[in-house]
Amino acid sequence: MDGGIDVIEFRSVTKRFADGTVAVDGLDLVVESGKITVFVGPSGCGKTTSLRMINRMIEPTEGTITVDGRDVMAGHPADLRRGIGYVIQQAGLFPHKTIRDNIATVPLLLGWSKPKARARAEELMQTVGLGPEMAGRYPAQLSGGQQQRVGVARALAADPPVLLMDEPFSAVDPVVRESLQDELLRLQGELGKTIVFVTHDIDEAVKLGDKVAVFRTGGHLAQYAEPAELLARPADDFVDGFVGRDRGYRTLGFLSDEVPLGTITPVHVGESATGGWTLVVDEEDKPLGWVTGAGPVAEADVLPGGTLHPVASGSLRSALDAALSSPSGQGVAVDDEGRLAGSISADAVLAALAAAREAA
Amino acid sequence: MVWDWIPRNTALIWGALQVHVVLALIPVVAGLVLAVPLGWLASRNGAVRAVFIPAASVLYTIPSLAVFIVLPAILGTQILDPLNVVVALTIYTVALLVRSVADALAAVPALVVAAATAMGYKPGRRFVSVELPLAVPVLIAGLRVAAVSNISLVSVGALIGVGGLGQLFTEGYQRDFPTEIIVGIVLIVLLALVVDGLLVLAGRFITPWARVAA
Amino acid sequence: MSLLFSYLFDAAHWSGPTGIPARIGEHLFYSVLALALGAVVAVPLGALIGHTRRGGFLVVGIANGMRALPELGLLTLLVLLMGIDLLPVTIALAVLAVPPLLAGTYSGVRNVDQGAVDAARGMGMREWQILFKVEIPNALPLILGGLRASALQVIATAAVAAYVSFGGLGRFLIDGLKSLDYSQMAAGAILVALLALAVEGLLALVQRAVVSPGLRGGGRRSPTAEITTPDSSPDSTDTTTATPEPAGATP
Ligand SMILES: Nc1ncnc2c1ncn2[C@@H]1O[C@H](COP(=O)(O)OP(=O)(O)OP(=O)(O)O)[C@@H](O)[C@H]1O
Ligand SMILES: [Mg+2]
Repeated sequence: MDGGIDVIEFRSVTKRFADGTVAVDGLDLVVESGKITVFVGPSGCGKTTSLRMINRMIEPTEGTITVDGRDVMAGHPADLRRGIGYVIQQAGLFPHKTIRDNIATVPLLLGWSKPKARARAEELMQTVGLGPEMAGRYPAQLSGGQQQRVGVARALAADPPVLLMDEPFSAVDPVVRESLQDELLRLQGELGKTIVFVTHDIDEAVKLGDKVAVFRTGGHLAQYAEPAELLARPADDFVDGFVGRDRGYRTLGFLSDEVPLGTITPVHVGESATGGWTLVVDEEDKPLGWVTGAGPVAEADVLPGGTLHPVASGSLRSALDAALSSPSGQGVAVDDEGRLAGSISADAVLAALAAAREAA
Repeated sequence: MVWDWIPRNTALIWGALQVHVVLALIPVVAGLVLAVPLGWLASRNGAVRAVFIPAASVLYTIPSLAVFIVLPAILGTQILDPLNVVVALTIYTVALLVRSVADALAAVPALVVAAATAMGYKPGRRFVSVELPLAVPVLIAGLRVAAVSNISLVSVGALIGVGGLGQLFTEGYQRDFPTEIIVGIVLIVLLALVVDGLLVLAGRFITPWARVAA
Repeated sequence: MSLLFSYLFDAAHWSGPTGIPARIGEHLFYSVLALALGAVVAVPLGALIGHTRRGGFLVVGIANGMRALPELGLLTLLVLLMGIDLLPVTIALAVLAVPPLLAGTYSGVRNVDQGAVDAARGMGMREWQILFKVEIPNALPLILGGLRASALQVIATAAVAAYVSFGGLGRFLIDGLKSLDYSQMAAGAILVALLALAVEGLLALVQRAVVSPGLRGGGRRSPTAEITTPDSSPDSTDTTTATPEPAGATP
């Protein structure tokens, strides 16, 4: 990756459709290489149009778009597109082809041999977390989440430096969506592609984006910033309204944690508690839950605990959530192996927040 | 094209047209009357459907001239009796419409039927006032196909000496006189277009709700 | 009953240039020629209109207009104009083959999942690659459905050829009618029906063999979806492909 070079650049790009609709109006934007850039905004604000102009599925009316310095309007669009991965909402898989052959599409278009293309497809299935037994199946035999994984694998098949994704996860349920998002972040950690990702979900945008471009209806760019910046300092009322009321709370997700841990004395099952709320751990010191009152602790007495705060990777948001969700009012922090590391109070989190604000 | 053949033979042409209309359209009406109860049965009962629908498809494979010829043996009619043509085309129409009716009734949303039942409709009344009207658009589509093909099929009757515009074909062929054939073709196509258009209009007229949705 | 079958089961009628096998051969020959001509016209036209999504009204117009044409009139007219030749017979029969094939190809291509087409274009397929690698393979069930309907129609109707002095199974009908030989007519009728059914069955097997297993089970296009839009829109062609027509259009 040629980090630092601007890979995709919009210069005063306007798109006016035949019916007079101005979908994008004078867009100036530089998408940085090796990063995830998210286009977010209300329905109809021109996100899809902007994205599809990058691979020339839609041609700009005015202005120029360059990918790695080359004008997208030069040359045959099919050649441009073969070097850009493209993932859409319903995956758009070919119903008549097996999963393996779906993924092998672009390599075959590029003239790879069949065995090589298929081997590559099978390798990618593993990358996106699909079992090898699915290779011979047809799209209709897959769940929505699995189809979406195939869509991503297919876009990655020829190893394009740029990946365009238009609401790829919006048709799956929230749990699957969350796991697909995590998967994408993990993949991106390995691959370092230049990804443009369209969504209308601000939570998805701040979770995935290295940079977020907020679009306003009429095809104008309202703000282009890193997620933390966007949440902390919305450029105007529109962005403020769009990022939502609990943006203060979400900002915590971008502050790394420097909360001092309290000490806590846990018990094991079978031992005796001394009264009040007591944390119960298993033989490996992993938290099981809480008991209340004095006397010997039976497994059946253990109440489920709140969320756990991972000390190494957590943020102020996860620390505060651990404190607020614990039945005892004391949050539980754990180390990388999931073993008890200490306790967290909401007050300690707020103090850390104040310190972070002062430092900023 | 011998144009002046037309004014000299208006009586012949007009007579053939009238016979043609009658022979083509009686089967459409008769077929409709028979197909609705049969289609209803098929939509209600899987076993009936499993017999009717394949039987209907097989019927189509039998050439109409063959049916015109075989029917006298079954009906005891004369081979040149126009009734053979009417009965044969009625059979085709029923075969075509049974399937349309069954599909159309099956497509009426179960929720609508359940709601009508909950409102206190008895099955017979519910069929007439709820299910049948909702099936009308599909029924009209089936009727259009039946009417257009009947209009073209009646002409085959000319081969067994039955009247209608088909006579212009056999006569024109025997006399080596293309004008007569062309007149017959044009009239049949026009007749088909008119009847088809009327059915479309009728469909719009009796399903005002579909117009709103469109 | 014996009247129905006596001609058919007489061994003397099963050999020679006017025997039953020879007539079946002629009948199939005319039918295949007509189907081939019809397909050469209808499939490219339907695929083009379906791919560009422009001119759907043309499909409805052509299909309905051709359906209204009386076969007997067309055949007699063409033979008078062009002479007693295989070409007018082929053209007259091909006219029957066009509507189902045209409507089937058009609606098949048009109804291919637009997400798949969009993805194909986005991955860098050229338009002809989209048509041949994505749209046509996905449209195959409907195209072959159209072919089956056409074949049924053409075989049942090819009997008219006998009226203008050609061979085929229609000979038994026309000759039987002239001499009022009832069992000969019955033999012709039965043989045409059996032949149509046999070809229909054969094409059903072909369809099984060539359609991708990923397209079986027909999730995307339910029959109810087809019949709820019966008129006015280009989709009305779906209704007509879904419903077989009286194939016995002529003798
Ligand atoms: N082919 C077209 N012809 C005319 N107008 C169009 C066309 N495609 C999009 N538009 C209009 O352009 C505007 C922007 O559309 P676009 O699809 O880019 O929105 P979007 O931000 O992706 O919205 P969504 O979140 O709903 O997907 C909309 O007003 C839309 O109606
Ligand atoms: Mg969009």
